[in-house]
Amino acid sequence: MSKSESYIGFGPQRAFLLEISALLLALCLVMVLAAGAGAVAIPGREVLSILWNRLGLTQASSYWPASHEVILLQIRFPRVLGAALVGAALSCAGALFQGLLRNPMADPFIIGTSGGAALGGALGVLLAARVSLLGFGAVPALAFLGALGAMVVVYRLSRIGGQTPVVNLLLAGFAMSVILSYAMSLILILNDRLQLNTRVVYAWLLGGIAVSRWSQVGVIALLVLSGTALSCAFGRSLNALSLGDETAQQLGIHVERHRAAIIAVGAVLTAAAVSGGGLIGFVGLIVPHFLRLLFGPNHTRLLPLSALGGATFLVLADLISRIAIRPTELPVGILTAFIGGPAFLFLLRRTRREYRF
Amino acid sequence: MSTIELRELTFSYNGRPVLERVSCAVGARERVALLGANGAGKTTLLKLIGGTLRPTCGSVIIAGTPLESLSRRDVAQRIATVPQVFSVPFAFSVREIVELGRTPHLRTFAGLSTADRHAVEQALHLTGTQELSHRIFNELSGGERQRVVIAMALAQEPEILLLDEPTQHLDLARQAEILDIVSDLNQSKGLTVLAAIHDLNLAARYFGRLVFLHNGSITREGSPSQVLRSDLLRKVYGSHIQVLHPSGQSLPIVLPLSESELRGGQVSDRAGDTKEK
Repeated sequence: MSKSESYIGFGPQRAFLLEISALLLALCLVMVLAAGAGAVAIPGREVLSILWNRLGLTQASSYWPASHEVILLQIRFPRVLGAALVGAALSCAGALFQGLLRNPMADPFIIGTSGGAALGGALGVLLAARVSLLGFGAVPALAFLGALGAMVVVYRLSRIGGQTPVVNLLLAGFAMSVILSYAMSLILILNDRLQLNTRVVYAWLLGGIAVSRWSQVGVIALLVLSGTALSCAFGRSLNALSLGDETAQQLGIHVERHRAAIIAVGAVLTAAAVSGGGLIGFVGLIVPHFLRLLFGPNHTRLLPLSALGGATFLVLADLISRIAIRPTELPVGILTAFIGGPAFLFLLRRTRREYRF
Repeated sequence: MSTIELRELTFSYNGRPVLERVSCAVGARERVALLGANGAGKTTLLKLIGGTLRPTCGSVIIAGTPLESLSRRDVAQRIATVPQVFSVPFAFSVREIVELGRTPHLRTFAGLSTADRHAVEQALHLTGTQELSHRIFNELSGGERQRVVIAMALAQEPEILLLDEPTQHLDLARQAEILDIVSDLNQSKGLTVLAAIHDLNLAARYFGRLVFLHNGSITREGSPSQVLRSDLLRKVYGSHIQVLHPSGQSLPIVLPLSESELRGGQVSDRAGDTKEK
């Protein structure tokens, strides 16, 4: 980043456009690569030709087997897009919560969302996958509700005298997470006694892209894209909020209103991510961190960059999870932890920029 | 019309009164130091004026307008605060921090205009922080940081500058540097300055009027030589403080007495050319 051009706020800024373009290019490359890879390998050129044709940009005669087109359209594209959206949502929500809570350890799961989602998902299994809403079974739909519900409760509990101190939010969130996760364990144990199938829940808890239909892609895309756009609108507030409530207030920001709005946006993003990919750890934590180290902490840039970076990272992780131990699929959560963890530790040691919190 | 007018300002925290019926007026372009022992309510008073706390009773009137009838944004365009604690959790650059001072002047989605940029440059210039503008805020020394925080406040282009212990943790030269900047701003930009400060000697040298807070209300106010008297200081700080008047200097020098000096009782005679009033 060219520091001399840095300023806070959107603007026709070359350094930022360059960063955005670079990440966008990386995302496109990874998506084409991921769409081509799998049990049936499809060359990148073919993937692009099929895509252009379907989008009506070209009228090329098909030199590819029809099965390839079906595989891409029915299986790979929704999956890859789903991974990109889930990654973008997790990472954008991570950047939001880190800025809001002035805390580097915050991620979409810190304020109780994880527990709420897990509990909702577990209940979904108990209720059996009979209920279906826009292509989502009961598991992701209830996870979504659980995530939102937990966040609302935590936010309400941590409000004291019209204010929501950050420490209260973190502590209430943590307590809520613990309560909910043990409630979930209890349900799993009872479930076991009742001889019901708990494998679905376990697999889902490990994290895996569950987006397989276009209707699902549509719903998630709507939530994630609007959530990301809203997040970016709050970039400057987040910069001010990260200097502390009082300073933000002295800068003319309605701290309470902005915080409630940011939490709501974060909850929507997290819930969308959980519905599409279960519990995938580390993405919301490491991607914003990594990008902050590279491009600085200015949220007006960090949020869009995080969305793109998170999408790229998760598409790549999902790709590896599909092909690493074929024909079995590795839960992507394991992969994000295995790639993300060491990468993060390496970064933490290598970085010369000081982190003070 | 005074720039800041406090009318019977009362503030209680959890039922415990911190400020009781404080009334005071600060004129335009005035430079006032707020003095008093720890816990006297100086910070609370500044927060009430800055609008981050709401008074239990009474009101703050800014240039004739009650503070509660102004929006947050209006307040931020008029009043800037240099807080006692300013912590930055991320590696923001100095310029980014100073640019945040423009927040109250920006529309939600708009970037910085030419006028905004000019205000930022001006703020950097006035505080001598231009060379630091690309540095990371958290890597600066204490004195440099304090200048940056003042620059951020200036970027708000306020009429009133509130400072809470601006010289805290700074060495002697840096303390003077910060207060020189503040005095210059008061004179050249016509800023009204109200600063909570602990160092009575610095307060006497840099501020035209000193206001003493004691037990939640104003005990005495006036020019340094009117106010800095040992009887008042003993009352306010509850300990023996000597007020010296060096010959050839118009301003008194205030010294706390150590335990051993108090017992020896010989201090006042030591400096031949000073006399205690």
